[in-house]
Amino acid sequence: MKTNDKLRILLQRSLIIFSINVFIFFILIGRLYYLQIYQKDKYTLLSDTNRISKRILIPPRGSINDRSGIELAKNNQTFQAMIISEQVPDIDSLLSSITPILNLSQTDIERIKKDISKYKKTLPIKIKDNLSWEEVSSIMINNHLYPGLFIDEGLIRHYPYEKYTAHPLGYVGSVSQSDLQNSDNPLLQVPGFKIGKSGFEKTFDTSLRGTEGTITYEVNAYGRIMREIEKKEGIKGNDLDLTIDIRLQKIAYDAFGSQSGAAVVLDIHTGEILALVSVPSFDANLFVDGISIKNWNTLLYDEKKPLHNKAITGQYSPGSTFKIAVALAALEEGIITPSTTSFCSGKMNLGNHLFHCWRHSGHGKQNVIDAIKNSCDIFFYEVALKLGIEKIHDMSRRLGLGEIYDLKLENQKKGVIPNKKWKQENLKSPWQQGETVIAGIGQGYVLVTPIQLATMLARVVNGGYEITPTLIKKDQPQSFKKLNIKQSSIDIVKQGMFEVVNGIGGTASSAKPKDKNIIIAGKTGTTQVRRISLKERQAGIKKDEELPWKYRNHAWFMAYTPHNNPKYVVAVIAEHGGSGSAVAAPIAAKILEETIKLDIR
Amino acid sequence: MTIVLQKNKTLSLKERFFNLNFTFISITIIIAFLGCVILYSAAGGNIYPWAFNQAIRFCLGLFAMFFMALIKPELYYKFATPFYLFTLALLFIVDIAGYTGMGAKRWIDLGFFKLQPSELMKIAIVLQLAKYFAITPLSTIKTIKGILLPVIYVALPVGLILLQPDLGTSLMILFCAVALFYLAGVEWWKFAIIICSAIIASPILWNFLHTYQKNRILTFLNPERDPHGTGYHIIQAKIALGSGGLTGKGFLSGTQSHLNFLPEKHTDFIFTMFSEEFGMLGGVLILLLNLVLISYGYWFAFKIYPSNYFGKMVILGLNTNYFLYVFINIAMVIGLLPVVGVPLPLISYGGTVIISVMTSFGIMLSFYANRNQELKK
Repeated sequence: MKTNDKLRILLQRSLIIFSINVFIFFILIGRLYYLQIYQKDKYTLLSDTNRISKRILIPPRGSINDRSGIELAKNNQTFQAMIISEQVPDIDSLLSSITPILNLSQTDIERIKKDISKYKKTLPIKIKDNLSWEEVSSIMINNHLYPGLFIDEGLIRHYPYEKYTAHPLGYVGSVSQSDLQNSDNPLLQVPGFKIGKSGFEKTFDTSLRGTEGTITYEVNAYGRIMREIEKKEGIKGNDLDLTIDIRLQKIAYDAFGSQSGAAVVLDIHTGEILALVSVPSFDANLFVDGISIKNWNTLLYDEKKPLHNKAITGQYSPGSTFKIAVALAALEEGIITPSTTSFCSGKMNLGNHLFHCWRHSGHGKQNVIDAIKNSCDIFFYEVALKLGIEKIHDMSRRLGLGEIYDLKLENQKKGVIPNKKWKQENLKSPWQQGETVIAGIGQGYVLVTPIQLATMLARVVNGGYEITPTLIKKDQPQSFKKLNIKQSSIDIVKQGMFEVVNGIGGTASSAKPKDKNIIIAGKTGTTQVRRISLKERQAGIKKDEELPWKYRNHAWFMAYTPHNNPKYVVAVIAEHGGSGSAVAAPIAAKILEETIKLDIR
Repeated sequence: MTIVLQKNKTLSLKERFFNLNFTFISITIIIAFLGCVILYSAAGGNIYPWAFNQAIRFCLGLFAMFFMALIKPELYYKFATPFYLFTLALLFIVDIAGYTGMGAKRWIDLGFFKLQPSELMKIAIVLQLAKYFAITPLSTIKTIKGILLPVIYVALPVGLILLQPDLGTSLMILFCAVALFYLAGVEWWKFAIIICSAIIASPILWNFLHTYQKNRILTFLNPERDPHGTGYHIIQAKIALGSGGLTGKGFLSGTQSHLNFLPEKHTDFIFTMFSEEFGMLGGVLILLLNLVLISYGYWFAFKIYPSNYFGKMVILGLNTNYFLYVFINIAMVIGLLPVVGVPLPLISYGGTVIISVMTSFGIMLSFYANRNQELKK
């Protein structure tokens, strides 16, 4: 029967379809087994990766303190406007709407956009630091208008003494691409993290940096933080205690007035640097958040080179200050005795070359003390000739010249203390006798840095102990090696330096401190940067002061105090300042006078 | 086994009610209850905005089911063609002046209710085809001419729904119709020809697909192709499911769903959320409950009076509809099919599907309640 066939087919085929249905259900169950049992670990990991967001917490950077614990570099609490770019629907429109509120400059906007492309989209990126209360409140009130924007409390590096400490502290700045490539420290990946870019901030960076903390959040699909899972605080970086006394540092800096130069004050027994200034300086705070191009160019192209730490990088001819080393060498070698005299007629012939004393009329009969007092060139020409360059070289090196100290600062310069070997190696030519003559008065190839000159004087006046300068507290050995210089020789040059300041007609007699109880002694130096040319003479320029600033002479003064029982030395250079006695000596005198008064411990 | 045939007796309302299959009804209630439980979790442990509404709709659905179940089956036979034509007309209206929602025109706004004619068509097409095959002798069915008319019956609504465009629903209607053609006795080789020509024509058909549909298919084949767009759904669904493991992350504790990584967690992807919180055990429970429900459907078709070919056909068709819902939804959320936007009936949030599915169950139960009666034509 037809109907029965039809029904039979229906029932048969419905059984087949039913079987297919059951089969499909088991495929679905099998798939569940595959995903939920077989691949569970894979998907559990992916699920956790989805929901768990780990952020690195920047630890507070160690502070840098002066010798009495005053913070020279510290962390200030700031309010920062941050964005999580992933949560911002339109970066450009957000930036343009908050620009008037936060006074963002074009430079800020460029930096923000650069950061957005540099870091992960889920990481907070700083829009602006150091928000004022008005800025914070106007952002908070309209928070709903700016998705992805929030206010964060943070720490910003601050240098309360600004220009006074920029050398040698240096500054911190943003992590550069090359910093990122050179280190795998995860902190460097954190937007807004600062690393030391110069000075101690750079050399002690890893120690100051501290150990990062972490915070683990549960986030939702839009990156919003739902809850905190775990927080591990970071560990503050190590503090760095310096030997500098900030009071003296300020006094030394201000003593320069409008002069450009550098000064170093040393404790002659410990080698501790009490002040190290390079003038002019700059406000290191400008660099913390990225310096503007305008400010940068101003600093970079300033002819007084504010970015250079001249106390350690400036190399100058020592001029007459070098005579102390020459005199000591001659006394030690027995070339001269205190009673040895020369006659200064104002000039000296060597071969067919004529050498002049700075005083063309001459000094007459001079012993070594007179020669130091009057800075007589002829006396030292003769002494140098008798000594020979090697002996001068050896004594200079023993006194610490031509040497890089372990100051833990970059870009220190070695200076030049020439000898025959040095000239052969560097200039490929043999030494000339005339070069010994001018080396005797600290001219020619001789170059020193202010820190070296201070060290030299300290080694002389402390009785011949081989101290080395340091800026780091508790970094010094308890005792220093003796240099084997006879006390009698030292006493003679000290007497000479006493006369320079305190003798009648001494070259720096105008530099006596106002306080009569404070007796300082020292040695001037004036070094020619350029001779006044014939053309200039014809044009009427006869005196150094009439030359353009950059061609004027450098003025040196190195001094110590108290004279009877020395404790401190200072080396001052006034770049293109004119003469040592007129410019550098008053600065040095002022610094030493204040050093005594401060009663530094 | 003696089957007491009461072919000429008309059952009273009370007799019909007690003839219903209450195990079947209970299973629908259990499934809907599980749906409300997971909707409660999806709202973060709140009956609002979803679980409560869903419960109300299910109650309405139950009401509709009982109403349909207590109607005499003859009425379905009588009104099959008018209902089909009416629904076809509605589809036409929707296409012309339909309500625009989600970029697709699918609703007629009746003010209190958004009527979705394509849902009605899922029932109407079954009734219409069942009627045609019931009255057509097998010999005619086996001729090309004999299946020309039912092919038109199917082609018209499928075409109109494709225009909406709603690929998921048109495919469901097509598959359901294929099942009915097959049950009616159309030969294997005819299907084979259709499938072969479809494969050959697919490059041409591909051009007719909308960009988003092409993307969904391409993304299904390779989710990594677009990990933040369409592929994101598939990847996140797999993560939710896989991380659930055997026993799940626990009620109210599915991180993928609660932290919004899982999209559409309360609608199309609800099975994933359920399996994340209750694990494979939960997922298998849902699957088995549905399998039991579907098996009951086959049992109903088997149990009713042998000469009630129309009834058997209707039950099998509606049952296939339900199976397709469950299969397509689950297969798509576990990454076995492209994401086509088919909800999981009784569990996914949404009123239309509940009403439509419960209505079909009502019709199936109506035939079952009158299983010993011959259909009066």
